[in-house]
Amino acid sequence: MARVYLEQVSKKFGVVTAVNDVTLEIPDRQFTVLVGPSGCGKTTALRLIAGLEEATAGNIFIGDRLVNDVAPKDRDIAMVFQNYALYPHMSVYDNMAFGLRLRRYPRTEIDRRVKEAAGMLGIEMLLDRKPKQLSGGQRQRVALGRAIVREPQVFLMDEPLSNLDAKLRVQTRAEIKKLQARLQTTTIYVTHDQVEAMTMGDRIVVMRDGLVQQVDSPLNLYEKPSNLFVAGFIGSPAMNFVEATLAPRNGALVVDCGSFAIEMPPDLAAIAKDWTGKPVVFGIRPEDIQDVAFARDPNPAWVLPAMVEVHEPLGSDVILYLSTGPTTIVARVDAHSSARMGQPAEVVLDMRKMHLFETETHKAII
Amino acid sequence: MRGRSRWMPLIQAILIANAVLVLAPMVFMGLSAFKTTREIFQHPLGLPAVWSLDNFSRVWVEARFARYIQNSVLVTGASLALILTFGAMAGYALGRFRFRGNDFLYLYFLSGLMLPIRLAIIPLFIQMRNLNLLDTLWSLILIYAASGLPSAIFILTGFFRTLPADLDSAARIDGAGEWTIFARVMLPLVRPALVIVTVYNLIPIWNDFFFPLVFIQSDHLKTLPLGMTAFFGQYYTDWATLFAGLTLAAIPVVALYVVLSQHFIRGLTAGAVKG
Repeated sequence: MARVYLEQVSKKFGVVTAVNDVTLEIPDRQFTVLVGPSGCGKTTALRLIAGLEEATAGNIFIGDRLVNDVAPKDRDIAMVFQNYALYPHMSVYDNMAFGLRLRRYPRTEIDRRVKEAAGMLGIEMLLDRKPKQLSGGQRQRVALGRAIVREPQVFLMDEPLSNLDAKLRVQTRAEIKKLQARLQTTTIYVTHDQVEAMTMGDRIVVMRDGLVQQVDSPLNLYEKPSNLFVAGFIGSPAMNFVEATLAPRNGALVVDCGSFAIEMPPDLAAIAKDWTGKPVVFGIRPEDIQDVAFARDPNPAWVLPAMVEVHEPLGSDVILYLSTGPTTIVARVDAHSSARMGQPAEVVLDMRKMHLFETETHKAII
Repeated sequence: MRGRSRWMPLIQAILIANAVLVLAPMVFMGLSAFKTTREIFQHPLGLPAVWSLDNFSRVWVEARFARYIQNSVLVTGASLALILTFGAMAGYALGRFRFRGNDFLYLYFLSGLMLPIRLAIIPLFIQMRNLNLLDTLWSLILIYAASGLPSAIFILTGFFRTLPADLDSAARIDGAGEWTIFARVMLPLVRPALVIVTVYNLIPIWNDFFFPLVFIQSDHLKTLPLGMTAFFGQYYTDWATLFAGLTLAAIPVVALYVVLSQHFIRGLTAGAVKG
């Protein structure tokens, strides 16, 4: 077990900066997820930690050891690849044993570890097979097994679930999380899927264009995104953003979106009062907008009349695309809402959960 | 389906005719090996009157057949070993490493495919003389290896390129050094290509008459095709013994081809469909 520490690490490929001056601490024994859209530098960051790429600048520590000039094999890490990268000509057993044999572990120890890992993953009966004869999910387990038997200080996982079908992905997601909790090995997991990030990570690192946007627990990331990008990236359907100005009205502060204006709760208004009169971006999550008929004691000041443009029933709830003048907002309301396409509806915004961002810097105000 | 089945009989007829065309000379060669020279001219297409093994024993004893076959095996084996070793190593480097001059080096090797090596026989002869390699098996081995390398590098580089990059990363993290990655991870995966290179080079080398004729003078260093010329006299050719010798010479190659053909076909189609 060990913590991993990146100190002002950069990686350039020619003129492209894949990782830009990243300083990041990955705590011991935790499950840390690097998430971001494709091309954000998350995989490069992982490969830098693995030693498969050489940093252009900065220092990388695993434990207390500076590993900049340490070969991948001596970094005491194990990696799971997106396409599994199993050795096609070796049996499952040999795939898992390969790394241990190269390290000259005694035969009995190799056998013990491979059997134990196979038991943990439920692949004992596949040990004699070749990767070609396995299903995607089974290959995935073998790839995990190959990492586990090494008993490394750090697991690195590069989108290990993205080649599985949706159902298997959800199932394996839970299994990897359980496995990590059991082994207590520091894990760095790369994904572009924010749901995967939210469900698996103890801590999530959101990246974009080679820069770390925010590092936080899943709940904090959701409730207190530090900028517009994180707010829009985490959560599905994505948060609504409307350009607005803050205006004083009747002693309170309202968010004036042009086609509608809604009063802010006093505690949030106190924080935002310096932005009065300035352009801001108002944000609210679809799940914080409810059909008035189903809202628990709705505040009449927060009710908004709108037209229902699209009505998407999901069973558990309904997604509504609402228009108020030129603005469209998405709401996630109760499954039994009587709102119908093309009809007017009344929704209530839970303004206690509103967000406000600076227009220029995109930084969060609230 | 319907269109295909309509042409099937015709296609099969053509294929069968082709098979007959290819196999007939070999059958006559095999049959003639059991006849006497007289009988060959009297009944060229018939079965031998007596299935006699005299020709085979004569070729073995009179023509030092065992010696020739040993030379041929030695030359072919050593040439193939060199072609496969250096072809695989060069193909691996060209196919998997990015370095300055990679493309140039690749084209340089490929340019060897366009040079008819027999045109260079006089400079080669002079070079071999200067190296004191005339009338040695080494002269043959070196020339065969050199002329086989371009095609081997061409085929193997293509195969190495198709192997996924993550495989290399996985092995590196597992603790494999450069040599281990090459020998234990990558090389086994290009086995079909190694078979192709083997078969592609085996037959021309085994059957080659030209280079031994130029470079080999001593009888005990002759390879099979050259050794067989002993039966062509100026006034008299011992056809019966010659056919026995040719039959014996063909057996090892045919046997090897049968063993390798499965891999060969698999190798030819391996690049086409991503598996």
